[in-house]
Amino acid sequence: MTAHEVEVVVNGSRRALAVEARRTLVDALRHDLGLVGTHVGCEHGICGACTVLLDGEPVRSCLVFAVQAHGRTVETVEGLAQDGDLNPLQEAFSRHHGLQCGFCTPGFLMLATALLRREPDASEERIREVMSSNLCRCTGYAGILEAVAAARPSGAPQEERRGA
Amino acid sequence: MRRVEDPPLLTGDTRFVDDLAPPGTLHACFVRSPYAAARIEGIDAAPARAVPGVEAVLTAGDIPGGLRAVLDRPEFTPTVMPLLAGDAVRHVGEPIAMVIADSRYSAEDGAEEVLVDYDPGPAVASLDRALAPGAPRVHDEMDDNLLLQVPMYDDPELDDILARAAALLEARFTTGRVTAAPMEGRASLARWDRRDSRLLVYVSTQVPHLVRTTVADVLQIPEHTVRVIAPDVGGGFGLKCVVGREEILVAAAALRLGRPVKWIEDRYENLAASWHGHEQRYDVRAAFDANGTLLAFDADISCDVGAYSCFPFSCGVEPLMAATEMPGPYRLAHYRARTRAVATNKVPIAPYRGVSRPQITFVMERVMDKAAARLGLDPVDIRRRNLIARDDFPYTGITGLVYDPASYRESLDLCAGHLGHDDWRARQEAARRDGRLVGLGFSCFSERTGYGTPAFAQRRMSITPGFESADIRMDPSGGVTVAVGTLGHGQGHRTTLAQVVSDELGVDPAHVRVVQGDTDATPYGWGTFASRSLVIGGGATKLAAGALAERLKRVAAHLLEVAVEDVELRDGRLQAAGAPEVSMSVAEVARVAHHAAHRLPPGEEAGLQARAGFDPPGTFSNATHGAVVEVSPATGEVRIHRYVVVEDCGVVINPMIVDGQVRGGVAQGIAAALYEQLLYDDEGQLLTATFMDYLVPTAAEIPPIEIHHLETPCEYSATGAKGMGEGGTIGAPAAIANAVSDAVGHLGIEVDAIPIHPAWMRARIEEARAR
Repeated sequence: MTAHEVEVVVNGSRRALAVEARRTLVDALRHDLGLVGTHVGCEHGICGACTVLLDGEPVRSCLVFAVQAHGRTVETVEGLAQDGDLNPLQEAFSRHHGLQCGFCTPGFLMLATALLRREPDASEERIREVMSSNLCRCTGYAGILEAVAAARPSGAPQEERRGA
Repeated sequence: MRRVEDPPLLTGDTRFVDDLAPPGTLHACFVRSPYAAARIEGIDAAPARAVPGVEAVLTAGDIPGGLRAVLDRPEFTPTVMPLLAGDAVRHVGEPIAMVIADSRYSAEDGAEEVLVDYDPGPAVASLDRALAPGAPRVHDEMDDNLLLQVPMYDDPELDDILARAAALLEARFTTGRVTAAPMEGRASLARWDRRDSRLLVYVSTQVPHLVRTTVADVLQIPEHTVRVIAPDVGGGFGLKCVVGREEILVAAAALRLGRPVKWIEDRYENLAASWHGHEQRYDVRAAFDANGTLLAFDADISCDVGAYSCFPFSCGVEPLMAATEMPGPYRLAHYRARTRAVATNKVPIAPYRGVSRPQITFVMERVMDKAAARLGLDPVDIRRRNLIARDDFPYTGITGLVYDPASYRESLDLCAGHLGHDDWRARQEAARRDGRLVGLGFSCFSERTGYGTPAFAQRRMSITPGFESADIRMDPSGGVTVAVGTLGHGQGHRTTLAQVVSDELGVDPAHVRVVQGDTDATPYGWGTFASRSLVIGGGATKLAAGALAERLKRVAAHLLEVAVEDVELRDGRLQAAGAPEVSMSVAEVARVAHHAAHRLPPGEEAGLQARAGFDPPGTFSNATHGAVVEVSPATGEVRIHRYVVVEDCGVVINPMIVDGQVRGGVAQGIAAALYEQLLYDDEGQLLTATFMDYLVPTAAEIPPIEIHHLETPCEYSATGAKGMGEGGTIGAPAAIANAVSDAVGHLGIEVDAIPIHPAWMRARIEEARAR
């Protein structure tokens, strides 16, 4: 099959790819660029485990073809930690037990990253609404919601915090 | 105590099976049956072999054999689950051919070109259909569809008691077919290591040693040549505690082709061709006296187990558990149970979180509420009257189970208190005056956990799981490595077991490394399922650490020239009792044990290692769940306003992790009560094969869950802890069903089947209003 040249900026680095038209963005990220932190949970756009940011917008990378990312920027979970240290959102996920098996976690982190960039003071109701885009099978969501709330610049109200 | 597991999972530095890519890896895709029941007249793989990128197409002719689970019971009929179906298929999704190519894309291209000639036959896709006289048989060689039928318990006085009871309840309860749906499906990557003559199998499993044994047995290769590694595992909930066809096939293909072969289960396969559970029916009769004392219970239990027995637990896993544990936390003197495993042309069942306990709890708790209503008693009072009380322990149940001390009544009282049970009726009346349908429901249950080989032996499986061992070593710097046969896959065992070691040795948990999930590096063990790991694996770990502590003390006593019984191990130092200045650090002792072994006491082995095993009888955790719900008369939708858990799992080692297990478990229980159901049509076609149709709840559906703890330490487990991985899932369906029934009971509506669909509820409300 014909290979298409794709240029994409991933986590700040310019990357060149030659992919079949049908290759999904998540497969290109994982298997062509070796960025295996983004996981595939359903391949039909429901679970959100594969959520990455495309030009800053959260997308299901299982529903985006790699060729659609040509000339655009992609952010993945690998780009979150700063100089090897967990960023405040990642730190909050650990502190609030927002992950168990960790398979869905990168998708939730990217979804929350986009939300907090745009709406740093998102209400708890709004956080719940946006986080309901993705599926987690382990946590029952409470730790995830608490973590995102705690990662707001204003932090979480005191009564929401559970013991660290 | 934060989890050591978290940083790599949060930064994308993950090692799930699909994250591994040895050079030259080939990718497998399965051709799966579109029919629930059909003869296979022929398979033409030639067109597929011509597809670019396809390296091989394997069928039953290439890889014969199957998985045969055995129960040593005359009432049990074993089935052979073929690795690849050759003559016949017995459920939609059954694998027929394995296409192996240079990419998953090419493999799927190839799979489309495999031509299978089917002769479809009649399917049985429900209990009613499978049990009807003259029903088509799932297995031709059988006379009926009963893979297991056991009259397990009986009592000559039972019928008399039922006939004379002040209140006799008769009811049928049904529970929907669900599946674990871990976010990572099953996955396997196998490669033949030519240099070492080893077969390496990376697999997303809960039971690595069992995979090793099964691969070796089925492929008829020496077990020591097989190494199984469970890297990061993305959830299991039971689905990965059995060994499936595909895991064996990937290993067989890697051996045959001499190249790495990878298979990653996609979500269609996970929902349509993996493992299901919990589809059960109960016909019960329960006798109560006028005071609400449960006198006798008669249960006829039928489990729709699909087409084959899972390996190694067999299709008996649900029916036997259901009959044995039916009485739950209640005193019961007269009991009869018949339990059956009924074959259907559907995906086989395997253990899924709770294994029949969510169903028996749903049944028993609904019975309690019905009896209370019949006798004009309060639902909390009737439970108090029947729950096993403090003075009863150790309590031997009617089915022979021995209940260790628990807090059944205390947890109920606390839960009722937290939910304001005392003035509930007034609040409910006020809401009803406003046209709102609100209800309060409780669920009390016992959760049998941490049972070892004696308990499993009663199942009479050909393989009896149960024990655990731990190997512990201290290196010359004082760092500790402990290798265990259990396998945390979300439960944070590497954190909690390090805490157990730390408590025993007085070293910083950061200096303790827990090794799991590699059969070359860990003692033979049974992995993680049945809420066993902290009790059994944790017990073995504690005992091994204790044995190591004794060695440290012996060495220190010799070096410090004090009596060994006077040596204390505290805060990383070994010191003489009453003379803390006579002391040395653990690291100094470790140095001597390795680098100056000539200074060890006579007879003391060089190095610092110890091993211990643990095989306990089992222990009961307990909890009461309570829910306040509101039913929308307009849509039939159920919303949960409050959800309270009062649980007792003995000594809690890591509170954050324990609460996480409760919350996640409750979410899966709520899912089974309100949202998730795998539906088949009459021809055995699965109608819910995507996450659009199989409704795993989101953050919008799962309410905040309030958790309160009681602590009745376990007398059997070395740590005082009890298992608690399944309780959330066990308690939730009953609590929700009772709360919903309380909300709409005055309309004559009772919830005796789950899940509770909004359309069903709305229709019942409309009917009630038309009356």
